[in-house]
Amino acid sequence: MAGIEITPHTFFFLLSTILTLGGAIGVVNNRNLVRGSIWLIVSLFGVAGYFVLLHAPFLAAVQVLVYIGAIGILITFAVMLTRGMTQLQRRFSSLWWLGASASLLLFIVLLFTVIEPIWGDLSAVPDAPPGSTTDLGIALVSGDGFVLPFEVAAVLLTAAMIGAIVLAREARNADE
Amino acid sequence: MERRDIVTALESLLRDTLGFGSELSLFIATILGVVIIATVPLLVIIGLIWGDRKFGSRVQDRLGPNRVGPFGLLQSFADLGKLLTKEDITPANADRLIYNVAPVLSVASVILVWAVIPMAPNVVGVDLETGVLYIIAVASLGTLAVVMGGWASNNKYALLGGFRAVAALVSYEIPMVMALLVPVLFLGTGSLVEIVEAQANMWFVALSPIAALTFFLASQAEVGRPPFDLIEAESELTAGYNVEYSGMKFGMFMAGEYAHWLTQGVLLAVLFFGGWNGPFVDRWPWLGIFYFFIKSLILFFASDLVRFTIPRLRIDQMMHFNWQWLVPLSIVNLLVTALLLKIIQELGFAVDLANSPGFVDTLPMTIIMLAGNALQVAVVLSIIRFRGKRQRLMAAAGN
Repeated sequence: MAGIEITPHTFFFLLSTILTLGGAIGVVNNRNLVRGSIWLIVSLFGVAGYFVLLHAPFLAAVQVLVYIGAIGILITFAVMLTRGMTQLQRRFSSLWWLGASASLLLFIVLLFTVIEPIWGDLSAVPDAPPGSTTDLGIALVSGDGFVLPFEVAAVLLTAAMIGAIVLAREARNADE
Repeated sequence: MERRDIVTALESLLRDTLGFGSELSLFIATILGVVIIATVPLLVIIGLIWGDRKFGSRVQDRLGPNRVGPFGLLQSFADLGKLLTKEDITPANADRLIYNVAPVLSVASVILVWAVIPMAPNVVGVDLETGVLYIIAVASLGTLAVVMGGWASNNKYALLGGFRAVAALVSYEIPMVMALLVPVLFLGTGSLVEIVEAQANMWFVALSPIAALTFFLASQAEVGRPPFDLIEAESELTAGYNVEYSGMKFGMFMAGEYAHWLTQGVLLAVLFFGGWNGPFVDRWPWLGIFYFFIKSLILFFASDLVRFTIPRLRIDQMMHFNWQWLVPLSIVNLLVTALLLKIIQELGFAVDLANSPGFVDTLPMTIIMLAGNALQVAVVLSIIRFRGKRQRLMAAAGN
């Protein structure tokens, strides 16, 4: 394992990896679901660290804002409302083999499609930022860029939001 | 103008005066910079707790702390000693890990915000291009601390306080973010350093008073100050999410809370009131720190005045106010601002705010923006008038 130099960069990579993987192990290994959701937040925080290392501060901030600030808190909140889920008796569900094989399959796919082609080839990793946040913003709304997918996603999210409101609304009496 | 942050300034200082190697001086400078940035708000808070109490007492026709030291100045230190020597109690059946992490997270979430705040020319922790987004992201960690503390205490009042906190903080985040986007819209960047520099001759509060007001109201709720302090309504929840905490763990929640209050004033000053800008700053840059804290403290005490005069709302009134008034208003304001900026551009009145233009150059743009804001205020007032009239008529018909 010679040739790995300890620079601040590798140190923070190691830290992010420990947070991400450690948090993930905490999620699946915990019998208390509230703690599990806190570990999930730790894991997502580690992923935000990767984005910082990859010169993508915008994605890092969005990761923290959306995944920790919104989704993480929502999951924590939902779990807290269900007291029964804080004291699970069994560590493994009866479907554990399905989950294990699905994640193994995903790992193999990632290994051969993403990791293997660039393994050891450091030139594939960009040294400088490929573009600034301004470039990203312009690409999202310019006619040559991604304005159509952007708008489609926006419409989809709006529809989902309206649907959620309609579902959550109390049924009113017909005569009202 | 060359921009520098605290770390590079400290690094060159260490290298030139003490003759350290460049790697060593960068290492020391980074740690020193982090320590300085993290310490400033905490030091200010110690004085601020006294000022806040004294000011609040005067508002409510009381004397306030006046026994410990001259004018009660040492009261905060006496309280600190009390908090440090108190017994540290962890309730039975509490989730110890989460219970102990929550106060730390509460302080950390607000200290992290200070990393991107420019306190004077070249005095900033780090100049992030996505600074505004960073603030929102980091501030959302504070919500998590409240939820964790409320749940881990194993106390129903604490849990209820935590639930209220989530409902309130998540809702009021929307108008706050919409208001934060307005300065970003003016400049096309989220960098707080550039936002402050652009306000050299014209504060953004003149360009968009509605955004400043919605930010003030939403952040008032976001930091849990009256009339929006439902999170810790003593009469309903004893003390809310921190009811089980004692000693320094409670102290950390309290410090985090005061830091949030100070940060509210600081963010308002930076985003809408020109930050460190003021007379003679270009000649003596250190004056910037003075202006920065003066503005922040004036805004802090303005929010304090609201806190000590207006009674607490009910939770449903608070949610109504947000979803029926603040959220629509902030969204409309954002759209109107974007539209007006385009119109100003077409009319040829547009000035490049990034180059900190003169007062007179910015005037046409300011007048158009102000007119747009006045129109929105007129619409809001007429809606209020119409609703009030209808309610009065219905009440009269009922009788």
